[in-house]
Amino acid sequence: MQQSNTAILEVKGLSMAFGGIQALNQLDLKVHGGEIVALIGPNGAGKTTFFNCVTGIYTPTAGDVLLTPPGQKTTRLNGLKPNVIAKRGMARTFQNIRLFQNMTVLENVMIGRHCRTSSFILGAIFRPPHTRREEQEIVDHSYAILEKVGLADVVNDFSKNLSYGQQRRLEIARALATEPSLLLLDEPAAGMNPQETQELDKLIRRIRDEGHAVLLIEHDMKLVMNLSDRIYVMDYGRRIATGTPQEVSADPAVIKAYLGESDDA
Amino acid sequence: MDYFVELFFSGLTRGSIYALIALGYTMVYGIIGLINFAHGEIYMIGAFTSFVVASVLSIMGLPLLAIIVLAGLAAAIWASAYGYTIEKIAYKPLRNAPRLSPLISAIGMSIFLQNYVLLAQTSNFLPFPELIPDFEFLEPIAHIIGTTDIVILLTTAVSMIALLILIKFTRMGKAMRATAQDKTMARLVGINVDRVISNTFIVGSALAAIGGMLIASHVGQINFYIGFIAGIKAFTAAVLGGIGSIPGAVLGGFILGLTESFATGYVSSDYEDVFAFSLLVLILLFKPAGLLGKSSIEKV
Amino acid sequence: MNFAEIRRALGVALWFVFLTFPLMVIRVDSIESTIEWRWMNMLWVAVGSFALSLLTSWYFRRREAAVGKVSDKPPLAVRLRTWTADPARRLPLFGALAAFAIVFPFLFSSYQTNIMTTALMYVVLGLGLNIVVGLAGLLDLGYVAFYAVGAYSYALLNTHFGLGFWTVLPIGAALAALFGILLGFPVLRLRGDYLAIVTLAFGEIIRLVLENWNDFSQGPSGISNIERPALFGIELTLNQSITYLYFLMLLMVIITIFVVNRLQDSRIGRAWLALREDDIACQAMGIDKTKTKLTAFALGATWAGMVGVIFAAKTTFINPASFTFLESAIILAIVVLGGMGSILGVIIGAFILILLPEYLRALADYRMLAFGAILVTMMIFRPQGIIANVRRTYQFTRKDA
Repeated sequence: MQQSNTAILEVKGLSMAFGGIQALNQLDLKVHGGEIVALIGPNGAGKTTFFNCVTGIYTPTAGDVLLTPPGQKTTRLNGLKPNVIAKRGMARTFQNIRLFQNMTVLENVMIGRHCRTSSFILGAIFRPPHTRREEQEIVDHSYAILEKVGLADVVNDFSKNLSYGQQRRLEIARALATEPSLLLLDEPAAGMNPQETQELDKLIRRIRDEGHAVLLIEHDMKLVMNLSDRIYVMDYGRRIATGTPQEVSADPAVIKAYLGESDDA
Repeated sequence: MDYFVELFFSGLTRGSIYALIALGYTMVYGIIGLINFAHGEIYMIGAFTSFVVASVLSIMGLPLLAIIVLAGLAAAIWASAYGYTIEKIAYKPLRNAPRLSPLISAIGMSIFLQNYVLLAQTSNFLPFPELIPDFEFLEPIAHIIGTTDIVILLTTAVSMIALLILIKFTRMGKAMRATAQDKTMARLVGINVDRVISNTFIVGSALAAIGGMLIASHVGQINFYIGFIAGIKAFTAAVLGGIGSIPGAVLGGFILGLTESFATGYVSSDYEDVFAFSLLVLILLFKPAGLLGKSSIEKV
Repeated sequence: MNFAEIRRALGVALWFVFLTFPLMVIRVDSIESTIEWRWMNMLWVAVGSFALSLLTSWYFRRREAAVGKVSDKPPLAVRLRTWTADPARRLPLFGALAAFAIVFPFLFSSYQTNIMTTALMYVVLGLGLNIVVGLAGLLDLGYVAFYAVGAYSYALLNTHFGLGFWTVLPIGAALAALFGILLGFPVLRLRGDYLAIVTLAFGEIIRLVLENWNDFSQGPSGISNIERPALFGIELTLNQSITYLYFLMLLMVIITIFVVNRLQDSRIGRAWLALREDDIACQAMGIDKTKTKLTAFALGATWAGMVGVIFAAKTTFINPASFTFLESAIILAIVVLGGMGSILGVIIGAFILILLPEYLRALADYRMLAFGAILVTMMIFRPQGIIANVRRTYQFTRKDA
């Protein structure tokens, strides 16, 4: 795979404390263009907190989060609002699925197009030609993404009526609609059967090939080991290991973290 | 200096009434997370009930002390009954509804009760009988603090201590605290949560009714509308102290009372109510958790 | 009806007799020192609460029996939509409605026309508040403040500077929108119930300022002799002016329906809906929460501002008493009764709540009592309102299919 040397996401010394609890401690992480990177660790290691800090849902207590979309300037994301971060080119999915339940599958993805479109009150009221074109673009683009993730035959269904695996794919589709240069996936395979996981594997590779770097949190080790270019391992809010799947799986600290004190390896 | 002291005591008096009403808001919010918009109306109904009972008894020629005690008792009993009934009718069916539904229901209940009293009694201001006599031994300090102020402060103090004992040392209080922390867990360990919620409304309403009677005899008149402003001010006090926190409600009540008293005394009395409303807006904007409340982080 | 239900109803009746005894039965005249005992009231309370208790038991029994059975009847809104979709029905229906609306002021007295104009004003106010509450999901209890801004804009600009109705209409709308943005900007990040209370406080602050700032607003005595709107510079007689205002409001209602409809099916409309569903996911997808909410808040305010201008021109006299919290509550009751988010619902809600008390004069005293009861009853029995809003979803069809 073509790997560029510039890091799309660079996280330096990221720390987050809730009251007295240090959820993240001096975490460093890099994702390069064209890479699939995995973030693993036992439950409660701080992985989702990491996502929340990076995407602006929490404001980290210390550290830097730098985003450099290809061909653009670097921006420091700390303290920016989630919607600004999404617009800069980083989108995410949620571990506990957060779809818009009473909107159709297509409408869910159309929401993802919001930050790439601009019509406003007057456009809504008078519907001039450029607004109509923009609406058509939103629909076409959204449908194209749904075809890609394999949800084309349920476009008009309410998202609450989808199966678990379909809902996870819809979350990915919605995030892709924001045209992210980096896509964060929070446990995309959770609740999927082996066949669905297989399809997910293919989908993530395809997303990478189309130019989106991917950072994922995942508990399915088979998927992680197959898919990832590099892996970061976290425990107790710290980074305990990093490297290729082979390097990481041989690391004594990782084995200890998984086998020594957690029952959910 | 005398003016300052006078304003200080009048602020304390106001503040203690706000605190009495604020306790009801804060207890209900702490347990079911609802802004009980009709709570101000409970206070108004308490004042009206004590007015009716006191007037009937004084026409019947009972001694003053008996009138005070019986009117206070009647106010507390009926206000509690109203509080209990309102919860059963307007809030209990909405326990699992979206957050704004019980609030809209509460606003409806508040408007309903105001107009119920208007239609059942009168839209005019009623002169409230002076229940508390001027004690002669207080003559030397009468120019800075009146007898009613002293009675109000004492009654408030006694009520609050009683509430504190109830919450800290009784089984019912323990059940209330448990329910406020975690309803599901409380139910699992065998607490009758519906019972606890009813009790909370009953206790809160009784406190508001006592406040209603005290302030009515202090101000000397009542009408159906007094609950609206008093309710919002007491809510301000509760938010100022940190909604859900009982000491917070008391602290908030006194701070609001003093602020109002000094602001109207030294700045202008035209904008008396504007001070309280502005304070409410400012706290919610800058410190929504209040002085003694805990802020919460939403889990994602 | 079974024995347990009757026993329960008796208990309820007894409880309400006790509850209402001091206030419903006794009335004291403290000046004359006389007590009036109104025992008939006790009877009414007993009979009324007994009947209501049986009624609710019956309702809940029926509802319980219906659980599990899926009704094959689609919701009312959908049935209405399919029924009116047929042009053979649609054209005569709308034609008849339009014809009736146009001849109304010529068929009925100017008194009736005036009442109808008021009802239309509340339709527009309801639709405006519906943008904020129904579409964006923000409970605004201080909506009347923007109505006041519009009314006072016209009253002041007209009496001080002689500006005409048509000049002030856009100014009033813009000022109300500006107020909406100024007030909304700091408060819209608050949680739902806190937002409701803060908007209520803002509404009351504006009313209190109008009441006390005599130099600016002439205080409680209000502003009188405000000009009625002129028609291309022609002075109108009182009756002509009433008819003119009626048509003006009718036009305004049509424009408002059109605009709200368009907004619903737009990029912003979708963002409002998504924000109501899950605001965290919404922000993570790049939607600016503050801006989106503020848009709804300001749009709602704009409509209130315009109706405010019309209100001042219609009554030619305004004072702060027209802009109390109760006014906000009435508009909210219209939206809640009709059905949050439903345009047809809001229109029906406004007609019921404004016209019914006008025509049933005997009940006028019980108006506010009923409004309160409606808010509670609707929340418990039919939170979606008379016309439950069923959103038209975007139906995708493949071009090649």
